Amino acid sequence: MDDIYIILVASLFSISCGLLGSFLILRRMAMVGDAISHAVLPGIVIAFLISGSRDSFEMIIGAALLGLITSFLIEFFHKKANLQTDAAIGVTFTWLFALGIILISVFAGQVDLDQECVLYGEIAYVPLDLWITDAGLNMGPKALYVSAFILAAVIIFLSFGYRYLHITTFDSAFAASIGISIGLWHYLLMGMVSMTTVAAFDSVGAILVVALFVVPAATSYLLTRKLKSMLLMTVLLSFLNSFLGYYLASTINGSISGAIASTSGVFFLLAFLFSPIDGIWIKAIKRNFDKSKNTSKTKFNKIFKE
Amino acid sequence: MKVEILNPAVEFHDTTVSYDRKPVLWNIDMTLPQGSLIGIIGPNGAGKSTLIKAAMGLLPLASGYVKIFDGDLDEHRKRVSYVPQRESVDWDFPTSAIDIVLMGRYAHIGLLGRISKKDRSLAMDCLEQVGMQAFAKRQISQLSGGQQQRVFLARALAQQADLYFMDEPFAGVDASTESAILNILRNLTQEGKTVIVVHHDLQSAAEFFDWIVLLNMRLIASAPIENVFTQNLLQETYGGKLTLLSEISELIKKRNIPSRENY
Ligand SMILES: Nc1ncnc2c1ncn2[C@@H]1O[C@H](COP(=O)(O)OP(=O)(O)O)[C@@H](O)[C@H]1O
Ligand SMILES: [Mg+2]
Repeated sequence: MDDIYIILVASLFSISCGLLGSFLILRRMAMVGDAISHAVLPGIVIAFLISGSRDSFEMIIGAALLGLITSFLIEFFHKKANLQTDAAIGVTFTWLFALGIILISVFAGQVDLDQECVLYGEIAYVPLDLWITDAGLNMGPKALYVSAFILAAVIIFLSFGYRYLHITTFDSAFAASIGISIGLWHYLLMGMVSMTTVAAFDSVGAILVVALFVVPAATSYLLTRKLKSMLLMTVLLSFLNSFLGYYLASTINGSISGAIASTSGVFFLLAFLFSPIDGIWIKAIKRNFDKSKNTSKTKFNKIFKE
Repeated sequence: MKVEILNPAVEFHDTTVSYDRKPVLWNIDMTLPQGSLIGIIGPNGAGKSTLIKAAMGLLPLASGYVKIFDGDLDEHRKRVSYVPQRESVDWDFPTSAIDIVLMGRYAHIGLLGRISKKDRSLAMDCLEQVGMQAFAKRQISQLSGGQQQRVFLARALAQQADLYFMDEPFAGVDASTESAILNILRNLTQEGKTVIVVHHDLQSAAEFFDWIVLLNMRLIASAPIENVFTQNLLQETYGGKLTLLSEISELIKKRNIPSRENY
């Protein structure tokens, strides 16, 4: 049963991350996801100090706010200080992450969070943190409810916002010209990314959550040229990564989240090599094919001229 | 050289536009007539794209205002269509030609409305008009530059607007696409619609447009084409580097210019 809980929680979180990550990749904002996942740390610590618990509602809201502040700061440094986006991202998130680390070390006594858990997560403990009702009824792991709630929120957001995310991502100037607010959809997406990050990071850690956002989505991007199938494929890959990653970890008795991220890396590599669209294998074949076609054409021309 | 008209499609009133407080367009003041094919001409960096972005409310104005059909843009948004420069979007984006054209219907459908059968068949009609119906399901990354430009045009047609702003629709297209696009634009103006096109090739501009706006950070001319292609004005727009000038004035003379009592 514990196995199933862990795989389920990992899958639900990675599906949420992967769906949002698909849009981040298409917007060339994968690094913003990275930045947010680190920059929410001080928000988490402060919310912890206020609420005194690790899975409170305040925590999610606090960190989501910090995520929004992060994306706002990045835009601000980029637009107002004329800093390149990557530099703006680098400055913003390292600084906020460092602030979080300092807060953790200063309040180490009062905060049940350590750097290790922040960086790597503790998905193996998911089955231990149970939701017991006041009547003493065991409802199963809390993380299961959190991850299901987040996935539901992401799916609702995407089904209402799909058309608008599609159009603002593909052609923001056109979207603005028909009266759609680019800023609104940018910050709604960033808000969802922040919320998902915070909820997932307790289980998978601040570094690996980035892998969940980027790697399955990047893999599907190599495999298809349709947005809807890219999203579906991301869902499938997220599940496979969690499932195979978990069994890899238990076979070698290693870190679960590490194994999940590594599995997703392997899938990415396979797609990179063998994708029917973008794989380097198929490209090499096409190149050879074109070459032989071209040589026969020049031969033809020669003969024709002679 | 400036000709003002009554009841314009677009009016720029003393409009200045800046990036980072550095003005790139100074005091543009002109009226553009309805029902015409209008070319905005000028060298690279003259501010042509900036001008139509400003008209579409995509950039803040440092001063002045722009009126669309004698009103605010927001009142007439559904009547106005904007076609960005082709290079401004990522053509590797995973989507198909028909999906792009359907975007032209979004303004009419609203946030939660459904795309109806009618919208779909209209989108197909628009693809057919630009000769792309066979490519409806094709992923946009597999289209040539000229075909991508046609898809953008089809999206604009699907908006069923009365006023079109197009940024370099003729850039990088082959001769047959060029004449196909030109035909469509002429048909639109024949239906009384106004088409404003950013264009940077002087020679073809002389053949394409009814009305010309010459721009180089400032407004140099806005008038019917036969008043605009003069040695002085072109020199002022492009600086000294115009050896083509005499050829172009020949072209203008040769061109069979229809009567223009309406201006
Ligand atoms: N986003 C921007 N930020 C700063 N400067 C810009 C921006 N876009 C354009 N410019 C500058 O404004 C001037 C006009 O640009 P643009 O309107 O694109 O010219 P055109 O379309 O006529 O080639 C150029 O000098 C260009 O460098
Ligand atoms: Mg331009």
